[in-house]
Amino acid sequence: MDDLMTVVDWSRWQFALTAMYHWLFVPLTLGLSVIVGIMETIYFRTRSEKWLHITKFWMTLFGINFAMGVATGIILEFEFGTNWSNYSWFVGDIFGAPLAIEGLLAFFMEATFIAVMFFGWKKVSPGFHLASTWLTALGASISALWILIANAWMQYPVGMEFDPAQMRNVMDNFWDVVLSPVAINKFFHAVFDGWVVGAVFVCGVSAWFLLKNKRREFALDSIRIAGWTGLAGIVLTLWTGDGSAVQVARVQPMKLAAMEGLYNGKVGQEIVGFGLLDPSKTHNDGKDPFLFDISIPYGLSILANHDANTFVPGINDLIEGISLTPEGDTIRTESYAERIAIGKRAHEALRDFDRAMTDGDAAAMAEARARLKEDYRYFGYGYLDSPEEAIPPVGMTFYSFHIMVLAGGYLLLFFILAVISSARGGRLWERKWWQWVAILTIPVVWICSEAGWVTAEVGRQPWIIEGLMPARAAISAISASTVQLTFWMFAAVFTALLVAEITIMINQIRRGPENDH
Amino acid sequence: MELESLQIYWWLLISVLGALLVFLLFVQGGQTFLLSVSDSSEASRRMISSFGHKWELSFTTLVVFGGAFFASFPLFYSTSFGGAYWLWMLILISFVLQAVSYEFRTKPGNLFGTRTYDTFLFINGCVGCILLGVAVSMFFFGAEFSVSKGNILDGSSPVISVWAPTHGFEAIFNWKNLLLGFTVLFLARTQGALYLLNNNSDPDSFFKANRRRVLVNGVVFVVFFLIFAGVLLTSTGLETTFDGGIDGLRSTFAPREFKYFYNLVEMPWTLAIFLIGVVMVLYAIIRSALADHWTDGIWWSGTGTILVVLCLFWIAGYNNTPYYPSLPDPSSSLTIFNSSSSHFTLTCMSWVSIIVPVVAAYIAYAWYAMDRKHND
Repeated sequence: MDDLMTVVDWSRWQFALTAMYHWLFVPLTLGLSVIVGIMETIYFRTRSEKWLHITKFWMTLFGINFAMGVATGIILEFEFGTNWSNYSWFVGDIFGAPLAIEGLLAFFMEATFIAVMFFGWKKVSPGFHLASTWLTALGASISALWILIANAWMQYPVGMEFDPAQMRNVMDNFWDVVLSPVAINKFFHAVFDGWVVGAVFVCGVSAWFLLKNKRREFALDSIRIAGWTGLAGIVLTLWTGDGSAVQVARVQPMKLAAMEGLYNGKVGQEIVGFGLLDPSKTHNDGKDPFLFDISIPYGLSILANHDANTFVPGINDLIEGISLTPEGDTIRTESYAERIAIGKRAHEALRDFDRAMTDGDAAAMAEARARLKEDYRYFGYGYLDSPEEAIPPVGMTFYSFHIMVLAGGYLLLFFILAVISSARGGRLWERKWWQWVAILTIPVVWICSEAGWVTAEVGRQPWIIEGLMPARAAISAISASTVQLTFWMFAAVFTALLVAEITIMINQIRRGPENDH
Repeated sequence: MELESLQIYWWLLISVLGALLVFLLFVQGGQTFLLSVSDSSEASRRMISSFGHKWELSFTTLVVFGGAFFASFPLFYSTSFGGAYWLWMLILISFVLQAVSYEFRTKPGNLFGTRTYDTFLFINGCVGCILLGVAVSMFFFGAEFSVSKGNILDGSSPVISVWAPTHGFEAIFNWKNLLLGFTVLFLARTQGALYLLNNNSDPDSFFKANRRRVLVNGVVFVVFFLIFAGVLLTSTGLETTFDGGIDGLRSTFAPREFKYFYNLVEMPWTLAIFLIGVVMVLYAIIRSALADHWTDGIWWSGTGTILVVLCLFWIAGYNNTPYYPSLPDPSSSLTIFNSSSSHFTLTCMSWVSIIVPVVAAYIAYAWYAMDRKHND
């Protein structure tokens, strides 16, 4: 078991490493593609050389970043097979489809039109070129849509049934998978987050030009576009984030409890604005989970159900079986101990079905199938030995969530000031301190974005598919040392390439907009 | 459509993607020429200019090939990727290196210098071609795995597909697999040179050098291909017998001598297409190498390659043949029937596949628009 858990942990680390590297580049691609599209549209309408230079400058940076997004992305798709091969069979019938559709609808669109975007300035008409730029942006968003549909399905598995003859889940409703409310919210949340990342990047780099007192008009024009994009992006991100919180409360209440470090919930639950967790806290020791905290009354109830009087269950409540319905009402359901027992019964029924099938005993198969159907809802819990195993890492989930929220609040303020100042002649942008603020906001937005994913994925643990399959049942039959070796290989390669990208970006920025091509 | 028809249809789509991928590996083949010229030379610039506009297409085709396999035959995805771990990881890392190299190689501050990125492209060209050939070769010569779906209930070792502890290295160092790997490499190099002839048609020294490349690599390719074809067509393969069983999924597998030869004979239209493809590739190589100035070789060779690879996939998966034979446990072998997605998923994906001609059309139009102005 120890060796199994080592493989599971290293496989998790490898996926986390590659996913987090990938997410350094994807939001910038999503955001910059839209900003570049707006800039080129202005050029197309005005035919002003100034806007051509602006467009080409940001497009060059977009291209450098895009290459790294592509490089890191290929690993992720194949890792579902290489490191999570059991998962690939157990739910491949459902999960594989969005990945294939993503490739067909999005990757070819991006691959085709990005070539026109970069090499087609003098080869195609301005209208076709502009369309190619927007189609590249659309391709990036379509790619995000399908991968987020796949990810949302892992958080909230719908549209499938279990086929005991093949020991896997099969899709029975495509539209339930595609139109899952979790998927739709996740998609918009991630894409608007990309707009914010792209906008902060443009504002920050432009602020550097202002700080160096170079290419002021270029910088201020860029800020005008990025400021509005960023403001729209952050408002919509916060709005969809609120929607995500409501859904998490209903379909992943344990994740919400971990996000708040909440062990015992109540009606009118406060939300922790800032807090330091007691690292020695265990779920049943009765200790206060916080060494220090500042809370907002009723905040979590409002966040979870838009109602100050809603009961929000904590970790201990959930273990005892007190939860929320999809409508947001409190419900008493099976305790985790009971779920584990039911899950083990489901495993036994599946074993019986398999034996009956081998023996060709149709009656026994039907009987085992009926038992399995009755208990399958807690199949994943059958892999657990104790309720504690169903608690995600509270510290990492809590801190990443709060970092995301605080940084998101800061970004809203940043863009409000950025847009107001820019509309009033840009006086704030003349101030050195503000220029530094804009530059230093670049790392903040990436930390915010990565923290969001850490919250979403760490908060889902121990499940790879919520309630259906824990990560430890999803792995490949490889040794821990093998995964360690590839982990370090990827860490070295991606780090080296990241450093290369950053130095290329810095060089390109220093050369300025007139020397971009 | 019936489930069986969908399974056959999806193997056809996988075959088409696989065939397109092998054709598009001309980019990888062309990259292997980069280290033979100076990184600041005109030849290097023209090579990069030719392949730099196309690399995304071969890269994307590989990703879509993987995604389509996952969606349509998830048991293969689960078994091969999780089992032949090192084989796939080396392929993927080589493509990671490719993805950044065209963009980074001449950019100021690229940290490692142009030659390093050219070396990355060379590595991707060699490793990508050889190891993809090795991966496909296992469709014929088998792999070291067994499948036991009941393992999913084993708490201490819940993995259904188990591979030999060498995890793909045994496949890489198998001479039969390497035979196909080197065949793919030299085919890709030949087609890389044919593409350069087409894309750089001025009769100058670069053109002559590419003609030489076609001749040399074409001859080596033909030798490797003939040996591979000889080994394949005389090999003993597995024959699937469907005995239904209570779940309708049971099959038994028995060895059959000259299995792949018989597959060609028993599917005569496949044999005809195979031979047409071979002749087209040979014609492209011979005429390009010997004629003074003929630049259409890539079209002949590309079409021929697609036809031949289609036939190889068909004889691997059709005519009662397991496309992924298990060496230690033949009963674990994967067929297009026992490894596919469900009827519902294949139906949904089939509807989505209707968009393929639209994708092909806009790719063709975009490149036509780019080349039209260029030629003017």
